[in-house]
Amino acid sequence: MLYYTLNRLALALVIVSVVMLLLFSMIYLIPGDPAAVALGPRATEAMREALRVKIGLDQPIWVQFWNFFTSAWTGDLGREVLSDRPVAAVVLEQLPFTMALIFSGVGWSVALGIPLGCWAAVKRNSLADHIVGVISVAVIAVPSFVVAIYALLLFAVTLRWLPAIGAGESGNFFDQLVHLILPSLAVGIGWVGYIARMVRASMLESMGAQHVRTARAFGLPESRIVYQYALKIAILPTITLLGVGIGQMLSSAVFAEIVFARPGVGKLVYDAILTRNYPLVTGTVLVTTVLFVLINLLADLIVGMLDPRVRSGL
Amino acid sequence: MSVLSIEDLCVTYSTSTGDLRALRNVTLDVPRERIVGLVGESGCGKSTLINAILGLLAANGRIDHGRILFQGRNIAELSADELRAMRGPGIATVFQDPMGALNPVFRIGRQMINIQYRSKLSRAEKANRAAETLRSVRIPDAEAALKRYPHEFSGGMKQRIAIAMALMMKPAILIADEPTTALDATLEVATIELLQELQRDIGCSMLFISHHMGVIAELCDDVVVMYAGEVVESGTTRQVFLQPRHPYTRNLIRCDPARQHTRVRQLPTIPGDLPNLRSRPRGCIFAPRCEMRKEICEEPPPQDVSNGHMARCHLAVEH
Ligand SMILES: Nc1ncnc2c1ncn2[C@@H]1O[C@H](COP(=O)(O)OP(=O)(O)O)[C@@H](O)[C@H]1O
Ligand SMILES: [Mg+2]
Repeated sequence: MLYYTLNRLALALVIVSVVMLLLFSMIYLIPGDPAAVALGPRATEAMREALRVKIGLDQPIWVQFWNFFTSAWTGDLGREVLSDRPVAAVVLEQLPFTMALIFSGVGWSVALGIPLGCWAAVKRNSLADHIVGVISVAVIAVPSFVVAIYALLLFAVTLRWLPAIGAGESGNFFDQLVHLILPSLAVGIGWVGYIARMVRASMLESMGAQHVRTARAFGLPESRIVYQYALKIAILPTITLLGVGIGQMLSSAVFAEIVFARPGVGKLVYDAILTRNYPLVTGTVLVTTVLFVLINLLADLIVGMLDPRVRSGL
Repeated sequence: MSVLSIEDLCVTYSTSTGDLRALRNVTLDVPRERIVGLVGESGCGKSTLINAILGLLAANGRIDHGRILFQGRNIAELSADELRAMRGPGIATVFQDPMGALNPVFRIGRQMINIQYRSKLSRAEKANRAAETLRSVRIPDAEAALKRYPHEFSGGMKQRIAIAMALMMKPAILIADEPTTALDATLEVATIELLQELQRDIGCSMLFISHHMGVIAELCDDVVVMYAGEVVESGTTRQVFLQPRHPYTRNLIRCDPARQHTRVRQLPTIPGDLPNLRSRPRGCIFAPRCEMRKEICEEPPPQDVSNGHMARCHLAVEH
């Protein structure tokens, strides 16, 4: 397990470094002079030159990259243009809102998707299986922002069961939870479908495996065979899928935060793009990338914990 | 009374290309404390028979005729719970593929404790019993083995673990489906000796399935020869091996690799393939591959029994 963990960790570091390189080249390739953009049309050439020197744009490209790279690793993502606050602080302030949103989205998809998938597999080809299949495809097909808007109209505007906007009163946990319901549903509902389909397929596969027949031949209760012997194997690809799915949920979170006017990283990056606040854009992208890589690392480690074959590198 | 008797069993699989008649009028008997060998080429329905006995036929399979009696009770009349109670302590099974027979994500110990779920022993006592049984099948360092996962064992070891699991049930009958096919020759001999010894210790009956005549001759008291889902010959091991009556049996014995005394470049095989089980001929099923085929073989063959030695053949040799 130690070797496996180190291996995954090293891979994660490499991925983050590559992303930094890509981000850096993107900034470098964006046409226009960052100093001119930052200072606006009324600045003089001397002021622009001074800013270029200050933020290091006069250095050779590889020095610029090295500076970007090392300061990013130490948590210095530069300062944002409008308020001159450190980008890292601004992003970290918003991150908990987005994390709460995404983990609740994962919560929906796991809490509904896994039981539905199991149920469909156990009752294969029955009416229940077909209904689950249709629902899965439907929720996958509808884009999350459409779900967000309709959920908002139905539950918040028409029925007035749930609050429409914001993240709730700070310090009031229950209020924040209530404010999380609709946006997280919008983020997670498509994944209920993905997970249900994935779990169904891998359950069918593991239920047909030789060792399940062995378990049956020893007269083990069917519930134990399904929910212990088969599910523990069937859940593995789902965990990996969810790790990747977090990336897609991050982009759904952008829509959800805009529609529900919630604070969060998505809202932050949206506003930053509108105001051409480039340091904030790159900083946010970098932080969410690291988050994504960490979550995938976690998914890999969970799979390693559950599956001894993976740990020993088979 | 027999522990297990199968009477005139017919099993059919429905497939998209029509009904596949996998077993036709199979009759066999496993008497108390005897080892019965079931031989036949692969695809002749051996695994289908086991699954039917255990009530674990694939969803597209059905028994459309005949009965399976375990200790005198028709398994078709058992409730799901009674059937489950029979699997394990009544009939324990060792399956063909040792690689896939154990769950890859649970420790051996956990799996061996789980199958003792009916017992009132404590967890520690169950673990002790598991270790004891592993020692009896000569797994070195049994306590440590309980903490390991299936993929950490070789094929031969896994097969012995599977045998240990079956024996831990102290079953009335042990069914072994080609337990040695995936093993090399030395391991095969060791496994056969182990099974023989354990069968004597426990005093159970055994249905031993193989397509290897030599192994059957070594181990079994009685032999049933199956071809394309039909029993073509049955009798005691002496009768079947010394005086085979069916041409198919004679072919099997002639082609057994263990009987080749001189080195041959190519092992002899029976020419031809298994017939299509979707459209069985009216006459003898083996006729298309039989070198003794006559016109009469177009008619359904009689079941000819002499001294308990049965052969389903028009031309059955009399002894
Ligand atoms: N679930 C199934 N559906 C359709 N045909 C099957 C199924 N299982 C086995 N068969 C067919 O039944 C015949 C007997 O198979 P099997 O019992 O596995 O033979 P053996 O164990 O002797 O090799 C084969 O022709 C096989 O293709
Ligand atoms: Mg088989």
